Amino acid sequence: MATQNTKTLARLMMAPSVLLLLVWMVVPLAMTLWFSFQNYNLLDPSNVGFAGTFNYEFFYTDPAFFQSIWNTLVLVLGVLFITVTGGIAIGLLLDQPMFGQGIVRILVISPFFVMPPVAALVWKNMIMHPGYGVFADIARFFGLQPIDWFAQYPLFSIIIIVAWQWLPFATLILLTALQSLDSEQKEAAEMDGANFFNRFIYLVMPHLARSITVVVLIQTIFLLGVYAEILVTTNGGPGYASTNIAFLIYRTALLGYDVGGASAGGIIAVILANIVAFFLMRAVGKNLDR
Amino acid sequence: MARSVTTRQKVIATIAAWTVGLIIFFPILYTIITSFKTEPEAIAGFSLIPSGTFENYITVQTQRDYIKPFMNSVVLSVGSTILALIIAVPGAWAMAFSPTKRTKDILMWMLSTKMMPAVAVLVPIYLMFRDFGLLDSRIGLTIMLTLINLPIVIWMLYTYFREIPGEILEASRMDGAGLWQEIVYVLTPMAVPGIASTMLLNIILAWNESFWSIRLTTVEAAPLTAFIASFSSPQGLFWAKLSAASTMAIAPILILGWFSQKQLVRGLTFGAVK
Amino acid sequence: MTLKTILLSACSAMMLAGVSAGGASAEALTIATVNNGDMVRMQSLSSEFTKANPDIQLNWVTLEENVLRERVTTDIATKGGQYDILTIGNYEVPIWAKQGWLLELNKLGDNYDANDLLPAIRGGLTVKDKLYAAPFYGESAMIMYRKDLLDKAGLKMPESPTWAFIGDAARKMTDRSAGINGICLRGKAGWGENMAFITALVNSYGGRWFDEKWAPQFDQPEWKDGLTFYANLMKDAGPSGASSNGFNENLTLFQQGKCGMWMDATVAASFVSDPKNSTVADKVGYAIFPSKEGVNNHGNWLWSWNLAVPASSKKADSAQKFISWATSKDYIKLVQSKEGWAAVPPGTRTSLYNNEEYKKAAAFATPTLAAMQAADITKPSVKPVPYTGGQFVAIPEFQAIGTNVGQLFSAVIAGQSTVDDALAQAQTATAREMKRAGYPKK
Repeated sequence: MATQNTKTLARLMMAPSVLLLLVWMVVPLAMTLWFSFQNYNLLDPSNVGFAGTFNYEFFYTDPAFFQSIWNTLVLVLGVLFITVTGGIAIGLLLDQPMFGQGIVRILVISPFFVMPPVAALVWKNMIMHPGYGVFADIARFFGLQPIDWFAQYPLFSIIIIVAWQWLPFATLILLTALQSLDSEQKEAAEMDGANFFNRFIYLVMPHLARSITVVVLIQTIFLLGVYAEILVTTNGGPGYASTNIAFLIYRTALLGYDVGGASAGGIIAVILANIVAFFLMRAVGKNLDR
Repeated sequence: MARSVTTRQKVIATIAAWTVGLIIFFPILYTIITSFKTEPEAIAGFSLIPSGTFENYITVQTQRDYIKPFMNSVVLSVGSTILALIIAVPGAWAMAFSPTKRTKDILMWMLSTKMMPAVAVLVPIYLMFRDFGLLDSRIGLTIMLTLINLPIVIWMLYTYFREIPGEILEASRMDGAGLWQEIVYVLTPMAVPGIASTMLLNIILAWNESFWSIRLTTVEAAPLTAFIASFSSPQGLFWAKLSAASTMAIAPILILGWFSQKQLVRGLTFGAVK
Repeated sequence: MTLKTILLSACSAMMLAGVSAGGASAEALTIATVNNGDMVRMQSLSSEFTKANPDIQLNWVTLEENVLRERVTTDIATKGGQYDILTIGNYEVPIWAKQGWLLELNKLGDNYDANDLLPAIRGGLTVKDKLYAAPFYGESAMIMYRKDLLDKAGLKMPESPTWAFIGDAARKMTDRSAGINGICLRGKAGWGENMAFITALVNSYGGRWFDEKWAPQFDQPEWKDGLTFYANLMKDAGPSGASSNGFNENLTLFQQGKCGMWMDATVAASFVSDPKNSTVADKVGYAIFPSKEGVNNHGNWLWSWNLAVPASSKKADSAQKFISWATSKDYIKLVQSKEGWAAVPPGTRTSLYNNEEYKKAAAFATPTLAAMQAADITKPSVKPVPYTGGQFVAIPEFQAIGTNVGQLFSAVIAGQSTVDDALAQAQTATAREMKRAGYPKK
């Protein structure tokens, strides 16, 4: 239907955002690529020069490299699992008629408004601290030995903190999706004698597929870069148990001030992220086309 | 088996939902409570009743001025959101109403610009900001926040706009409406909830951005995330003071979020769903 | 409607902010500092300075230690020119001074009396006979212990305790049913966290980080002995969750009476002896950092927080004026008159430790001075080393290497790795990084 005219107009309208993002992608990417082939340590300006592929070799032969990839995947998948299942469950719950629904909704989405460093500090100091945290108080109340979260389950603790921050986002989108489900359809299914489980599988889940895709896509992009929570709580340890790719780059960039190495790490991270995105798109991408 | 809700069901749902809600909200609630405790109280074990001191807030304010970082946070988050919307609305509009085969790819590519870890590009960006004289300037950080959130903004707007039925457009075209009339009278009213909720979401994201907002600012442009960084991990455990500072830093956006909650939900209902 | 309201308020906010930005005629100094108590006090007392110098205005950037360090390092190395005065450690000063990033402090005024600065501290801030930073406060490490608990265990703290004594005492003082741990030590990963303690410990065991050819020494017996001792001690007598404890956590544990002994920075003494925050204020004793039988070395822990001027600053004269004020004898008098002796920044000036009033008011003064005098960062180990630095190695690469090794060692404390594995991994990781950095350097 579209005429040549509207097509040109559409191009014109898209131009600013496309051009800006192109510049925003190309310039840092080009600079990072350039630096990744250089010997460039901020603290050692005398030793600057072409490094070949050495920075890359150095980054992927890091003793923590493979574990950090694994940790990155576990972190992303763990948080996605908790937020999506939790989001659906809470969404279903909040979709029921109840007293004070508005207030409950406010309580549930509140963590989204908390800045990440604050969230990490609060969880570390006041919730999970083995001496003074609320979890320790609860454990002692039941006569149990308090769990030392960041020593015994470092990655899991970080997953909990990050999942807490992202649960509201997932809940919000999934809840609104549930609410848009035709109540007539639901009633019809009930008339047909479908039990809750069948209704959920054949009616609710297909309806939610697209929203879940949106949640997964957007969260994955943010979750791949999580490092502030790790820095505040475990510093990547004990051992490399909570070191992910982003933290590894942080260590190279802001403790070692090795710009070349960090740039190589950044490029590697982008490549890995694209591989993840590729599989992600194959797995869930078709939901977007409906 | 009629689908009428008994009071019993409603009570059960209420209890369950409130329990879940309070558990999720608990860390925030406990932070607020702790901010009214004295320091020894804060580490003395679990207690929901503080002694009600305002001392922490006074100490925090005398140690570090709150007003300036607060104003900076407002200016930066709102400014970058408006800028992002100005750039993104036409783009998302075009993609939604004149889609081509490549539209999906362009969208995915836009999202992929967020995949470069910020830490890896700090030094190149810092050098660029230095050369352009943008370090510690509100303008510089506004541009930065606009760029990092632009992909999400376009994505959200696109999903909203796409839900606007094309038939309405055709109908109005049949009526001989021009493009601008079409936009002003037909589409804008339908798009406003989507734009509003995108705007809110982006303000939240920009307000909470805590990498660049600390690294690229010093005094003049430092927002509340930098304010928090001057209270986290001092020498000695000062959880009550940290809680007070945290409460001050999150309160404005929390309140905005609570009041605009309906708006946020309405926008999301409109798009991103079906 | 909501949209409109938000837009309107945004516009007015922008205008307001625009107004508040203008109007500064005085010369404004931007000071970057950490959020430790002494610096916060300096900030609150700085109105005295601006009163005396109305033409100078002070902008404070107070950040937590890690963020501050990465901020100022990025800025100074890229010549961003954001700061006029930096608060940096004695780790950074010699490295940065050699790069020419710091300005020599030669306009501190006639009354400054640089000869009064403690020689060990001053030496760490001097490169080629030029002073590049002025110490704000300094610290070494010592033992803080509970006199009552040691008595109960039937022991007496010797003049110069050995590690064997400490191990024995810690195990005897431990009473977990009463919530008392014989010893609290740092366990949290980080070059300035657990590695500060472990490096000092291994120094006192006669070990070193690198030999004269810059080869890492984790395969040597001193490291194995030291780390084994530390790991076993923490298992037998340490608090739960030790692998995430740093200075702050241990301070709180000690103040609450949950530690028999604690070895850490000497500044902690003023906190644990402060009856307002400490439940054990009147029961604390101090002793010098332990040594090993037959090795004359007490760890050589020495740290100072210092004020320096980046070479890029265009306001160097005013900056030096402020530094002179904040690190002078008069500043010590000012703090004393406002907040008492215990609040005075310690560990920088000989005259403070010659002051009878201070020694009387602060029981920790003499042991602090003794600890600082025992530390020699030019000879951290009894074996020869190619580097300087006590609880750290003063090379640019140390932050990354130290944190990496710290992660590995914290896994030992958390019970997820063995001493042998951790040391072997540390050896490989360190050798790798050193090779990358081009050591041995000529």
